[in-house]
This record gives sequence, structure tokens and C-alpha cells, in this order.
Amino acid sequence: MTELRLSHRPATARKALDVFVRAFSVLSAALGIFFLFWILWVVLQKGHTVLSWSFFTSAPPSPGEGVGGIKYALVGTLKMTGLACLMGVPVGLLTGVYLAEFGRHGAFASGVRFCVNLLMGIPSILVGLFAYTIIVLAAPRHYSGNAGAFALAIIMLPTVARTSEDMLLLVPDALRESALALGIPRWRVITGILFRAARKGLLTGVLLSVSRVSGETAPLLFTALNNNFYPKDLSQPTANLTVTIYNYAMSPYDNWQRVAWGASLVIMAFLLGVTLLLRFILKERHRS
Amino acid sequence: MNVPAQETPFETVRDVVIENPVISAQQLDFWYGQSQALFANDLDIAPRKVTAIIGPSGCGKSTHLRVYNRIFEQYRGQRAVGRVLLDGQDLLAPGTDVIALRRRVGMIFQKPTPFPMSIFENVAYGVRLHFAFSRKELEQKVEESLRAAALWDEVKDLLHKPGTALSGGQQQRLCIARALAMSPEVLLMDEPTSAIDPVATARIEELVLQLKERLTVVIVTHNMQQAARISDNTAFFHLGRIIEFGATAKMFTNPSHPKTEEYITGRFG
Repeated sequence: MTELRLSHRPATARKALDVFVRAFSVLSAALGIFFLFWILWVVLQKGHTVLSWSFFTSAPPSPGEGVGGIKYALVGTLKMTGLACLMGVPVGLLTGVYLAEFGRHGAFASGVRFCVNLLMGIPSILVGLFAYTIIVLAAPRHYSGNAGAFALAIIMLPTVARTSEDMLLLVPDALRESALALGIPRWRVITGILFRAARKGLLTGVLLSVSRVSGETAPLLFTALNNNFYPKDLSQPTANLTVTIYNYAMSPYDNWQRVAWGASLVIMAFLLGVTLLLRFILKERHRS
Repeated sequence: MNVPAQETPFETVRDVVIENPVISAQQLDFWYGQSQALFANDLDIAPRKVTAIIGPSGCGKSTHLRVYNRIFEQYRGQRAVGRVLLDGQDLLAPGTDVIALRRRVGMIFQKPTPFPMSIFENVAYGVRLHFAFSRKELEQKVEESLRAAALWDEVKDLLHKPGTALSGGQQQRLCIARALAMSPEVLLMDEPTSAIDPVATARIEELVLQLKERLTVVIVTHNMQQAARISDNTAFFHLGRIIEFGATAKMFTNPSHPKTEEYITGRFG
């Protein structure tokens, strides 16, 4: 038997330590928020001067001549993100369906789950390099929006897959059983009943993945590149917001730098909007 | 439970012989992975009667019931061995059309599980998949099913409201309507009133008595008064075996097996 020894730390010392730990954690929390607001403030301050309706509808400016607009980059980003969704969301969703509905605890499902987690942790620049190697370097050997969308889709896939799995697993088995017990085929149970029961969660996963890729620059640098022309066709190098910010912010021209800040503000506002939308959706679910 | 079935000679006490059973389980064993849950169950279900399955928690009542529509199959490692005849055909045989089986053998669960859709759609969803009905016929079928489940009067003006908006008892009757809409021959009920208040329970018991005019009911229940009130025959399960099977009136007044008597009088379970 070990002897039980009471430590006779004086109460005042204990209280002092409590105050110190508490103060330190509050300070740390405040520091985190402080930097967030600092970033928001700087972006708002530098970006708001160029904001106007024409900022969204004009062509990019020439060096040193006015602010023009980000129309091409905005359209390019929207088109590439849309195409990335078309590729990444169905595959991600079906992966989630496999993990939650078919594989569950099987060996193959565990392997898939492990790989999906791994994929989630791969730095996005590697994904870009991969897309560059297999698409851009292949015939016809040039940069394209398609390659960019492909890279973004790969980044979206694990997020969509994991959230879809988690959200489907939240649907009670009793609902699956009672649907199957009516003689409804498995695939109809999944698409007609489980998707409907989990629809808010599934939408959340998609929105999360969109917000994740909306700020990605590295994978677009050597896939979509950038372009000074309207992105009619994603088989060409495609204008986009993040690479525009990168190029313009590094340029020596004051007007380009201002456009970069404006574009940053647009992305930030978009992310804020998505976050608020998510909060709204999730709150709705808690209420019902 | 660790003793293999073959080594313990065991005979179910039977006080009733079922003519032309709808379902006949023969030497049914059931396994959850390595652990055996049912041992050589022999049970005949009388047509257009209510058969109650009673017994203490974990005795295999639900497990036995879940073989009849093969709902257990969706879980890895669960396995039924033996024969279960539905109208003379072994429903455990490979090649059985499980979708068709589940249309014929409906099931109601412990907790009501309305689908995330309107009351109308809850009933119509399965019907559309199994029957080629016109819109008009579909509407008739939905009304007929809701009437048969004694729910129509309460919901006829709310058909397009979500099923989840109903009370617990109403939700359970919605699930019954949904099952009846498939025109099943047998309705399995797995403790259908255990999550529902006494008044709603009474309504469902009444409903079960009406239902047996058109179909066969097998009900698993924890509530012995309920079994006594609504069933014609009762099977008493203990540790995966059917201890006694007989007419409900006889079993509750004069049980043949001492274990049955102990359970019914509340000495264990």
C-alpha cells in the first residue's frame, strides 16, 4: 500500500495559481480574436476603397491606370468552383454513402476512411503539383481552368466524404430498418429517405468544402494560372480571384495592389457569408 | 447460453396445435457473431390471429421476430439457421425475393419512425414502389390505409404536414398505416407501444384487435397485461428457447411450465 500523503499547499497559493491560469487562458482567447479582427480590419480598410458596382463588372486594369474590376477573375473562380463541385461532390457523397451505409466496420471501409483522412491532410500545393503533372503536362500541354477545377475537386472530396458519412450516421438505424421493412430497395431508402433525413448535414458538408477551396491559391498557381481575358472556356488558362490577388499584390503598381485588397475583401465577405449560412442551417436543425 | 443446443435435451411445452400456420419456424437457431441467441425454436403462427411473444429482456423475442422479414440481414455477423416457412415456402432459402417478402410481411418497431416527408407521402412512398396505381387510386389507398390505422379522422386535413408533427401515438399509427398500405399478410410488431403513453397504447391495442380480421399479427411485448388482452396464442421465450406455447387464456391462468408461471407471476424478468 502506498501511503496517502496530503500536500499542504496553502490556500492562498492555490487561489493565486487559479487566478493566474484563468487570466492566462482568457488572454490567449482574446489574443486569437484580436488577430482575427486585426486581419478583418486591415482587409476592410484597404479593400473598401475600390468597392463599387463597377468593381464587379469591369475588366482588369492596365498597370497604373485606374482600378477596373475583377469580373473575369470572379467569373473564373465561380466557374472553376462550380466544375469542381460537379466532380468532387458526387464522388465525395457516394464515398460517404459507402462508408456509412455499406462498408461501416468492414476492412475495406476502414482502409477507405484512413485514405480519406490522409487525403484531407495532404498540402494543397501537392494536389496542385499532381494536377499539373497529369493534366497540364499532358497533351495539349497548357494551363487550363479544367486542371484547376480538377485540383479543387480533389481537395473538396475528403471534406464532403467525411461530413456525408458523419451526417448519415446521425440518422438512426430505426429509420433505415423501418424503410427496409416496407420492402423499399436499399438504394431508394438511401436516396429517397436517408438523404432527405440528413439533407441539412449533407448541404453543410458541401458548403464547408466550397469555403475550403474558395481561398485556395497554391493548387491554381500551376493549373489554372491566370488570364487577362474573360473565361469563356475552361480549357484555357483561367482568371481567378486568388491568383489575381497573388499577382497583383506582388506587383509594383499601386492600382493593382488596391485591386488585390478589393478581391481579398470579396473572398472574405464570401467566407463570412458561408459561415453565417452554415450557422443558420445548423440552428434550424437543432430547433426541429 | 454457452451450452450447445444439441447437448441439452429440450422440449417446448405445447398446449395448442396450429392448423395451416401462416408462418412456421422450424429448428430456428440464430447467431450474433459467435454467440448463439436462439436455440431450435419451433413456432407456428395461426392465420388471422394475434400471437404474442413474451419473455424477459434478452430472451430472444425480438431476435426471433426479426427473422420473419429478414431485417436482421443488414447487419454483419447476424445469421439465422433453420427453416421459416411462409405459406410453405422457406423464406430463409437463398434466392428468396426479400423485397417481395417484406411487402407481404410488414413490421412495426418500438419507436415510431415517420419518414422526413408529409403524412400523405409517408404512406404513399412505399405504395408507389410496389404498385402501379393512378394518382386517384393512390389517394384512395392512402385514405383507406389511414382509416384502417384509425388515424384518418385526425389527419385528413393535415395530409401535407410533415409526419414528425404528429404526437407519438399518432406517429405510431402512421407507421401502421404505412405498413398496411403494402397490403401485407402478416404484421410483425416489436414492442409497438413501449414508447407510447397509456391512452395511445389502448388505441393501438384496439386497432390490433380490428386488424386480425384481415391479417395475421405477431406481437413482441414486455407487457403481460397487453399480451393477455389482445393475443390468442402466446409463446414464452427464455434464454433463446421457447419454453411454452399455448392459448393465451390457458397460459395466463394455468401455465404448464414452472418457468412460465414464475415469469407471469412476476417472480423474475
